[in-house]
Amino acid sequence: MSIQILQERLNERLTGKFENIIVANNELTIEVSTKELHTVCHILRFDQQFDFAQLIDLCGIDYLTYGCDDWETDEATYTGFSRGVERVHEKSTWKNPRFAVIYHLLSLNHNWRLRIRVFLPEANLIIPSVLPIWASALWYEREAFDLFGILFEGHPDLRRILTDYGFIGHPFRKDFPLSGHVEVRYDPDQKRVIYQPVSIEPRILVPKVIRDDNRYTEDK
Amino acid sequence: MPQIRNYTMNFGPQHPAAHGVLRLVLEMDGETIVRADPHVGLLHRATEKLAETKPFNQNIGYMDRLDYVSMMCNEHAYVRAIEKLLNIEAPIRAQYIRVMFDEITRILNHLLWLGAHAIDIGAMSVLLYTFREREDLLDCYEAASGARMHANYYRPGGVYRDLPDEMPKYAASQFSKKDLERRNANRQGSLLDFIWDFTERFPKCVDDYETLLTDNRIWKQRTVGIGVVTLERAIQLGFTGPMLRGSGLAWDLRKKQPYAVYDQLDFAIPIGSEGDSYDRYLVRVEEMRQSNYIIQQCVQWLKANPGPVTLDDYKVVPPKREAMKEDMEALIHHFKLFTEGYSVPKGEAYAAVEHPKGEFGIYLVSDGANKPYRMKIRAAGFAHLSAMDEMVRGHMLADVVAIIGTQDIVFGEIDR
Repeated sequence: MSIQILQERLNERLTGKFENIIVANNELTIEVSTKELHTVCHILRFDQQFDFAQLIDLCGIDYLTYGCDDWETDEATYTGFSRGVERVHEKSTWKNPRFAVIYHLLSLNHNWRLRIRVFLPEANLIIPSVLPIWASALWYEREAFDLFGILFEGHPDLRRILTDYGFIGHPFRKDFPLSGHVEVRYDPDQKRVIYQPVSIEPRILVPKVIRDDNRYTEDK
Repeated sequence: MPQIRNYTMNFGPQHPAAHGVLRLVLEMDGETIVRADPHVGLLHRATEKLAETKPFNQNIGYMDRLDYVSMMCNEHAYVRAIEKLLNIEAPIRAQYIRVMFDEITRILNHLLWLGAHAIDIGAMSVLLYTFREREDLLDCYEAASGARMHANYYRPGGVYRDLPDEMPKYAASQFSKKDLERRNANRQGSLLDFIWDFTERFPKCVDDYETLLTDNRIWKQRTVGIGVVTLERAIQLGFTGPMLRGSGLAWDLRKKQPYAVYDQLDFAIPIGSEGDSYDRYLVRVEEMRQSNYIIQQCVQWLKANPGPVTLDDYKVVPPKREAMKEDMEALIHHFKLFTEGYSVPKGEAYAAVEHPKGEFGIYLVSDGANKPYRMKIRAAGFAHLSAMDEMVRGHMLADVVAIIGTQDIVFGEIDR
């Protein structure tokens, strides 16, 4: 279970293949470029030192509003709180590319978990499919395509999976409104189900607040 | 001679054997399946996106509605992910309560699965028996949390409240007065007494189900050799839980990556050998017996060891109502927790539990706010259903239903 051994082996075997290695919360994350993804995954899957036989999970993530809050907590002493209904998306602290694909691997033999993160810039949302390495990627990649619009090169069947037939847009992107764009209802005149623009407006019930907490920053 | 061509058939989404809202597009060669294309997403509620707009604690309720037959296990994964980010640990008594309810949930899930699977492939009566036992367990849910199904019971830092000292009793109804004493006989003591009584009865009940099914000729004809998955393919396809163990690998997160207090409990992990539907049936039945045994150990421990069930940390766990009336600080903490919630430090965590269906994981990304930045739910059923095509190829139409059954599909978690 010890992740130190895994970390050593990664450093040894995959030197230069990954860009960054992060240990946090007793979990290991490596950041890989799209170019090296296949090489790295291939080694992780088939090299007996690693033997990551299972792709447990694959998901997309959109960092567009990372670090953006609805309230200025520091200013509040002087200005008071607003209702937090007018969103300001100006000070995202995110420096890396907007999108990322996250792979969660599990090695049954060594009892290790590993997370791989591959950053993708918005302009070029294409990443090689890992389907030849792990068969379970089939639906996970469809899902990430459906929800984030990430294209998996080499995937044989990249259709939408969770959203409606004929759905437009990628709903889990941060700039997609929570209420969506269209709603369905039965129209008694036309005697069929019709799509129409949503009649509800999204609103914020509890504003998102980011607070610096000294309890967590001390030891870092 | 007439030309015979493959034809495409639609199955579901409104079909009793579709276990919810599965739509299968089947390409058939006569009665044989050539290709199956499951269409999922008819129950998609974007839980993960909804969670991004709510404070951490308000999302616990959504977890119940994912896999709606194993409610508390879902909560456990979510709560553990938060605890990992906050770097806190629930008190030991809360951990035992969680384990006990996880195992109650496992029995609940397997009972529903067994009844539904049996009724799908022709054994009517099992469902009636399994629901009889489910009723008692749902009463335990209700006694502890106040809700029969969507419990919303686990909290980061413990559980919502301690177990009640009194088990609620049946009230006299105008139809069944004479039966009242018998029905309330095992409800005289505390909840733990009631659960103990259940665990003493339950192995006998499992024997009854096994009498109905295990050696039943029709049952065997419908399950032996159906939906065979080799171990190699099961691993490759991302199978976990009974689907993986049915193929012969003793992989169980409760043993391999113990969480809560599983490392202090004694239980065994059943595995299959053939990887067919019948093996998975045997594995799940044995899991019910093992869960029963775990519950017994938990009840004994909980009876002997009273103590706190939540952390004494007002930054995460709200103070008691009594304290609020006296203590200004408690009132402020209460107000902050219920209006804004707590902020979780920047970072990411993946927490997985051995869910009745397999590995259920929550991947949580926090940007330091009071809401998750991104939450990904790793549902076991999603990986299993994606292998549907491979599992049903070459089988007959009627076996599709048996394979849907053996995968233990619930759409709440697959569609999310």
